[in-house]
Amino acid sequence: MAYETFNEPVSDRNTVFQTVRRRAWITVAVPVAVCLYLVYTWFAFGVPQLLSKAQPERAAILATDSVAYKVHVTKLLRRDIMEVAIEGERRATYENEDLPDWVKVDGTDALVDLGQGYEIAIAGKVMEFTVPDYGTIRVTATQSGVKTELPPGPIPDWIKDDPKKFDARPTLDRRVQVTRTKIEVHNYFGGWENFWFPFHSELYGLSFSQLWAIALSNERIDPSQSNMSLIMHDFLGNPDWQHGEVFIALFETIMMAVLGTLTAAFFGLPLAFLAARNFTPSKILRFGTRRLFDFLRGIDMLIWSLIFIRAFGLGPLTGALAIAFTDTGSLGKLFSEALENIDNKQVEGVRATGASQIQRYRFGVIPQILPVFVSQVLYYLESNTRSATVIGALGAGGIGLMLVETMKTSRDWENTSYIIILTILVVIIMDQTSSWLRRKLIEGK
Amino acid sequence: MAVAALEQEILSLRKRRQLYSLIGLLLVVAVVVSGYSKSNEMNSGGFLQGLSKFFDYPGEIVAEAWQSGPAFFSLILTFVPAMLETLNIAAVATLIGGAMAVVLAMASTRNVDSWGPLIPVVRRLMDVMRAFPELIIALFLIFVLGSSPVPAMIAVAFHTAGALGKLFSEVNDNIDRKPIEGLSACGASWLQRIRFAVMPQVAPNYLSYFLLRLEINVRASAILGFVGAGGIGQELRRTIGWGQGAGDETAAIFVLLFLTIMMIDQLSSYLRGKLVGAGRAH
Repeated sequence: MAYETFNEPVSDRNTVFQTVRRRAWITVAVPVAVCLYLVYTWFAFGVPQLLSKAQPERAAILATDSVAYKVHVTKLLRRDIMEVAIEGERRATYENEDLPDWVKVDGTDALVDLGQGYEIAIAGKVMEFTVPDYGTIRVTATQSGVKTELPPGPIPDWIKDDPKKFDARPTLDRRVQVTRTKIEVHNYFGGWENFWFPFHSELYGLSFSQLWAIALSNERIDPSQSNMSLIMHDFLGNPDWQHGEVFIALFETIMMAVLGTLTAAFFGLPLAFLAARNFTPSKILRFGTRRLFDFLRGIDMLIWSLIFIRAFGLGPLTGALAIAFTDTGSLGKLFSEALENIDNKQVEGVRATGASQIQRYRFGVIPQILPVFVSQVLYYLESNTRSATVIGALGAGGIGLMLVETMKTSRDWENTSYIIILTILVVIIMDQTSSWLRRKLIEGK
Repeated sequence: MAVAALEQEILSLRKRRQLYSLIGLLLVVAVVVSGYSKSNEMNSGGFLQGLSKFFDYPGEIVAEAWQSGPAFFSLILTFVPAMLETLNIAAVATLIGGAMAVVLAMASTRNVDSWGPLIPVVRRLMDVMRAFPELIIALFLIFVLGSSPVPAMIAVAFHTAGALGKLFSEVNDNIDRKPIEGLSACGASWLQRIRFAVMPQVAPNYLSYFLLRLEINVRASAILGFVGAGGIGQELRRTIGWGQGAGDETAAIFVLLFLTIMMIDQLSSYLRGKLVGAGRAH
């Protein structure tokens, strides 16, 4: 800069003010535009109608149901029998001699004590429900439906009374339903009943230390197999919780992620050399490989898995291939960018010693891109575990499919929450494993 | 001699390293081979039987699309509103999730003077948010709120907040602290320091990650539509569910999805290149 221009301003006043004004304008305009957009989508998504149609009570039911189980006391009026069963399952029926102490069965009549003064008496076709602070409800099942006699006064909103069906749920954990064919009482308890062993297994209700003793003892409960294998068999074969199937599904999900990522890395690396400017002089070859990457990535995992389902059926192979196809595109692109950014000096140095082409790659190139390669593969492994649960839900199998199925039947929410917890655990474990491996392999710690 | 011993040592170390690499490689190969044979067994249709059928479905779709002729292009246009809905889901989710991520990132970095005891808590919170697969939240919300784009939006936003929050906090870790110290010397409050010292430094990187996330979220929203959350995914499920006869519609959706994702990809990588390039120049 010349001496005489020292006192002249670098940019003139007007430009400075203009820039400042424009900037101020942007800081106002951008938030306003974002707000306008959000308002537009508020109506485009139909949020007002949605809020009016939402069923928050479903969330409450779901929350209770996923941490609690219920015991059904059912009187089947046609066959005139009384049944007490966990979740109303035929497999989990209490025998008459060891009924829980809150139920008293006398022939085909019963007295159910739901606690805190809530009591139900079933006699013949008549159900009498005593509710504290309200009175006694008397419901009779008739040929065509039900006949209800309520205490005087307005009908509270926890009673749904119509000529075909009577339904009362005074608290979240007590419920009575009466129809023409049956009287059903639900009593809720906390916890996951028969989680470890099925109801009729010899091992039902044993503590861990008792199980340990049984596993070590020489006397066989079942003469045909050892106690250890009996424990495993009864646990995995639990018909309500389906531990065996859940574990297989989890295994499928992890397998999809691992296989898909490794395959993608296996094909992505050599293809990346073809797409890198400094390794492939041919423009056509480079262009072709890059478009191949774009194609593989652009056709989404969703579409790939749908195509593979048609060809190979449902299962982990479909999921693994869908992940492999998509990620060959993503990893190939990343590797080729890493290859273009390598330092050429190392390659030249190796070349100066008279190294062959392969030796130049081996000692000049690979050490430079190996950290990128390993860390990217591990990152993708991590995110593919999550993707595997999602494309599993589309039908590719694994824990995702199982989750959607239990949610669709929406019968036993505790099963759903069990699967959700396991899914999240698997995702977290894969996360931790891959970041541990990354630390080990790249930083050498 | 000491040098010879050292050489011996180095050689044996190198041999051991080679052995480890070989074992690692063999292990990976074994996992892949056994994994594929196992999953081939578990699949309902085998790989070899399926291979011949591989082009059947794409072929069928293409044939049906070909038959409809020029009408195919207007068919593509009929799915544009659904595609826009998917884009809206992704955009709103990224905006809301991104805003949450900024807050989370500011609360979880020591480098920007956030309140110490809060840092580990917010970090764990973000880990949990990232670990939750979107699918689970979406399915749960669909159950409570009914089928609509909103469950997908909330699910994707939740996940985005966790994922972006971590990336943002890594950006925060790398900033220059001098402007912050300068402002504290003038007696600026925490918010003022964030506004005038931190934000200008991190904004280009934030925007770049934000765009990357937008790209990912478009895909995620399309997939969530398939489980009943509206948008193009739901249309796709409908046309596929019909089985025979809707091949041209399926093809139209595939083409539209492909074009949109490619466009978003290109646009976001162009903008990201500009942003980070500009960030580096200063």
